[in-house]
Amino acid sequence: MPIDPSYYREIIMDNYSYPQNKELKTDDGEYDQRHMASDSCIDDITVQAKIKDGIVQDVRFDGQACTISTASTSILTQLVANKTVEQAEAIIQNYFNMIHGRPFDPELVDEAIVFEGVAKQPNRIGCATIGWKALEEMLQAHREQTTKEQEA
Amino acid sequence: MNIKENIEAIRADFPILKREMSGLPLVYLDSCATALKPQCVIDEVVRYYTYLGANAQRGDYEMAAQVDYALDAARKTSAEFINAKKTEEIVFTSGTTEGLNLLALMITNQFLKQGDAILTCETEHASSVLPWQQAGLAKDIPVNFIEVDQEGRITPENVEKAFVQYPNTKVVVFAQVSNVLGFNAPIKEIAKIAHDHGAYLVVDGAQAVAHHAIDVQDMDCDFFCFSSHKLCGPSGIGVMYGKFELLDQLRPIFFGGESNARFARSCDSLVLKKTPTKFESGTLPIEGALGMATAMRYLMNIGLNNIHEYEWELKQYFLKRAQEELQDKIKIYNPNAQGGIVTFNVYDKGQLIFPQDMASYLSNKGIAVRSGQHCAKLMGEFLGVPGTVRASIYFYNTIEDIDRLVDAIKDATVEKCLDIFF
Repeated sequence: MPIDPSYYREIIMDNYSYPQNKELKTDDGEYDQRHMASDSCIDDITVQAKIKDGIVQDVRFDGQACTISTASTSILTQLVANKTVEQAEAIIQNYFNMIHGRPFDPELVDEAIVFEGVAKQPNRIGCATIGWKALEEMLQAHREQTTKEQEA
Repeated sequence: MNIKENIEAIRADFPILKREMSGLPLVYLDSCATALKPQCVIDEVVRYYTYLGANAQRGDYEMAAQVDYALDAARKTSAEFINAKKTEEIVFTSGTTEGLNLLALMITNQFLKQGDAILTCETEHASSVLPWQQAGLAKDIPVNFIEVDQEGRITPENVEKAFVQYPNTKVVVFAQVSNVLGFNAPIKEIAKIAHDHGAYLVVDGAQAVAHHAIDVQDMDCDFFCFSSHKLCGPSGIGVMYGKFELLDQLRPIFFGGESNARFARSCDSLVLKKTPTKFESGTLPIEGALGMATAMRYLMNIGLNNIHEYEWELKQYFLKRAQEELQDKIKIYNPNAQGGIVTFNVYDKGQLIFPQDMASYLSNKGIAVRSGQHCAKLMGEFLGVPGTVRASIYFYNTIEDIDRLVDAIKDATVEKCLDIFF
């Protein structure tokens, strides 16, 4: 897919200036959460996910972060909402492939295609993946929990 | 040496200044992170690998004697560089961080007791804070923080006040020059206060040595640590200076080859070598020590005072252009720090451009700066921002470098920071 810089740029700016789902829930115990503080920079965000009955019901985040971290996490929260755990994992895996310059399925990454250019800026890969890694961890934890419950 | 008149010749000494970044001539404004290396330092490192070759203080052949001679000379040069009283006061370490960690462990374990305390300040680099916090865990020795003034400066008055508040303070540890704000702490006055209260003064000299003529005897600090790579030398080598009588009392943390004179099967038979060799177990980065000494001679030849004046002149030029052309666009946190460090944030119609976005944007213009918290994580609380951009000027920078920085800042918007991705 050819990159249309102005359109992609607009989407990133929009998600940076008006991030979606940027507010944490404090009154719902069904949310898991991860605090992510980047090793290499000052990004400091918390991502929450409510994963129930194999469905990613809601993802939210908050914190202080750069354009790429904020916009990529904002887009993530929209992409995975109401997807199954498997679908969400496939989206995340394809996104990581794209960010690392490996072959990926553009349909799965959907709007997150706007970050394709991060692959050529390796020092910003951490920014583009910080929120995504948080959700990946929570999906993994959910999987382990489910397996444990089935075994019990 | 008049730097301004010789700037072209000086720049020609640095082969790396011929490279490009993002397809543009390099503007390197991150010398506080690490300084670039002149050809003479590179040649000296290569001379070790291609000619000297042998290990130090071990061989009885001519090559080995040449290495010993060169290493001794490097220690003498290091002593001269900071005006130490004796060559034996120079301990080679891997850098400032190792020196500060060794001191924290040795002093805490051997000189301090439960109830004693450490004093530092909130604008310090992690290397002045964390080693003491960790070393003090077993004896429950706390690290206390003095207040800085409104601009972030350490003042003798506040140090004096801290001794009233924390009378059990036995060690004071400060950076001579803060790596974020660049203020020069009044070390000599602080040393007097510390000594009057029976405390040791440990100085982190990492940011000071490359920019000021250092005189440890005049400052009267007890210990002073620095790294070679900040002063145009190789990385992986540095110096832990200590007053001889103090170093002589301390027992090393590391043991092994080279540092021992005699040992047998029983533990109590160990006879250590004399100070400073007792602290230098294992093989030193010999090429690093030689390269560091070459860098010191190179800087002394240019003149540390000239370097300091030149950096401050370039910073003033930046401040003047910022004052005239970047109003409402930039917030500078340390205009009064007389040196080459400019710490700032850039705004786009009142909206903060996140420091890392700004650094990426500048990278795309061929300009290297640092963004973030600069290893001083408590600083953010003091400045009230998540992080800053830091441009650090050195003697190989030019007026044109500053012009390119100002022009780039003038042009910066949040949206343009995304240019690198398309």
